[in-house]
Amino acid sequence: MEKTVNQKAWFLVLPVLLLVAFSAVIPLMTVVNYSVQDTFGNNQFFWAGLEWFKEMLESERMWDALGRQLMFSGIILAIEIPLGIFVALNMPKGGFWASLCLVLMSLPLLIPWNVVGTIWQIFGRVDIGLLGYTLDALGVNYNYTQDTVAAWITIVVMDVWHWTSLVALLAYAGLKSIPDAYYQAAKIDQASRWKVFRFIELPKMMGVLMIAILLRFMDSFMIYTEPFVVTGGGPGNATTLLSIDLVKMALGQFDLGPAAAFSLMYFLVILLISWVFYTVMVNLDKREG
Amino acid sequence: MAKITLDNLAHSYLPNPASEDDFALKELNHDWEDGAAYALLGSSGCGKSTLLNIISGLLHPSQGRILFDGKDVTGAPTAERNIAQVFQFPVVYDTMTVHDNLAFPLRNRGRDEAYVAERVQEIARMIGMEDMLRKKARGLTADAKQKISLGRGMVRKDVNALLFDEPLTVIDPHMKWELRTQLKKLHHDFGHTMIYVTHDQTEALTFADKVVVMYDGRVVQIGTPEELFERPEHTFVGYFIGSPGMNVIPAKIDGNKAYINGSFVELSQGYKPLDGKVEIGVRPEFARLSQSEGLPVKVRRVEDVGRHKIIRAEFFGTDINIIAGEDDRISADMNRVTFDAAHVNVYANDWRVQGSAA
Repeated sequence: MEKTVNQKAWFLVLPVLLLVAFSAVIPLMTVVNYSVQDTFGNNQFFWAGLEWFKEMLESERMWDALGRQLMFSGIILAIEIPLGIFVALNMPKGGFWASLCLVLMSLPLLIPWNVVGTIWQIFGRVDIGLLGYTLDALGVNYNYTQDTVAAWITIVVMDVWHWTSLVALLAYAGLKSIPDAYYQAAKIDQASRWKVFRFIELPKMMGVLMIAILLRFMDSFMIYTEPFVVTGGGPGNATTLLSIDLVKMALGQFDLGPAAAFSLMYFLVILLISWVFYTVMVNLDKREG
Repeated sequence: MAKITLDNLAHSYLPNPASEDDFALKELNHDWEDGAAYALLGSSGCGKSTLLNIISGLLHPSQGRILFDGKDVTGAPTAERNIAQVFQFPVVYDTMTVHDNLAFPLRNRGRDEAYVAERVQEIARMIGMEDMLRKKARGLTADAKQKISLGRGMVRKDVNALLFDEPLTVIDPHMKWELRTQLKKLHHDFGHTMIYVTHDQTEALTFADKVVVMYDGRVVQIGTPEELFERPEHTFVGYFIGSPGMNVIPAKIDGNKAYINGSFVELSQGYKPLDGKVEIGVRPEFARLSQSEGLPVKVRRVEDVGRHKIIRAEFFGTDINIIAGEDDRISADMNRVTFDAAHVNVYANDWRVQGSAA
């Protein structure tokens, strides 16, 4: 077929271009602007070049935060993805109970972030929280305000509680799309439960799982509110994740230049990891085809 | 391979079926002969797939028994029945190669790799996919995938029967013919018992030695394609098989004459007085348009479909079809129709009545 070339068609892209410019590009540019300047107050700015970026790259504080952040995302992915799949596999396939499950599982997703944080902050308190008090009474040394391990367990469990449903719902949608004939064929072929999962369910879920992993990675990498409400980044800096550190720097210490440089690098890291992840998954998919 | 016996079999999807209408599959006794090719023909929702799923063990019947070579397998799970089934939509294991797909049922049964490899080669040759064994199943065309699911069924030597549930639905028209031919050849060469479910009469008639026609949960006729054509036992068979289907005309029967609105048609046999809804059935192939003989008919339309002409006409208030040869001339004054007496069947309440020699 002959393709019609009409350069005027570019005008059709213009509204989107303007929208994206005002919503993303221009705000981002103000951050870029701060990242290359220094100020001594009085609204006076001086050109600083890449000084802040250099400083940030050499800053142990940022590398530590990045390490914690990677560990956090790694742990919650390693728990939420398999757990979500497991939950989806064991959900009723239809009828009243399936609907009930779906509604109950959607509930955590509807709770605002700082409410989730507050719930767990209170839940875990040794003096009045159900969880903290019970553990303490059982003789377990649990105190998330003083103990690093306890703090980490609390924020990880909180995230698992909040977001496993999302993975489960996505996986469930993937499972529901498998026609009955596949299960019947597997029965005829005498496939074991594991093989049904490995060769029918998992391949059919791959698409939605990719989305689930990507969403959970991006979200967890940007997490701020919940751990901040529960631990405030402590004890010490033990749960100071990247965004918590960034807010401390930008609003607490008002180091606009370094914070802007930090923001940009933070953004680039997320972009890079997501892109690498996406490319790898898509290529895997192609190679199998 | 085995003879499959259905003994008083019936199935309802309701937990407590009250009347006969509640049964998706009404009571049925039938032997599927070992090594024969059957087609199960009927319109959608007539119980074909229900019957097939009962045979393969995916569904447990509400009543009755299924026997494989005299052995009761009604309660046996699918895996123990050694049944192969090809579904409407091709089922292949996407992430595996063609080879692994074919090997899957054998490996699941713990056969050793040497045997598996040999058997897969053999099957690949049978279905003509030897050069594709290393390919992933995902990227293949629908017909290749259907061949794989067929091959997966045949790879087991102990397979009792091959079941096909409208396997050509998603196949391109030109490949349909080729696959059907290949199936017939496989049946001829290896003699598996095959049961082929379809709602396409051409598929059924070309594939099967015997066609089982189902209507509203009931088997209405089992016979060779010729029998179904010449002596439909039920008006549904007459109507469903043939293109166009049999003409069914309300009539009164008296001895060897059928009266239609006062005029009569000769029958080749004599009949006792009949009760209920009485009709005669004549295939369009056995009706002939003429100028002078027979009963009046009002011709509405003549369709030339290439090999023959179909005449759509009105006959005492009933629509009928008449088939005329490709070269027959149809003129405006041809407004009478005659029926070939030997091929006029008589139906009472939709079931064919056997007459006695007149």
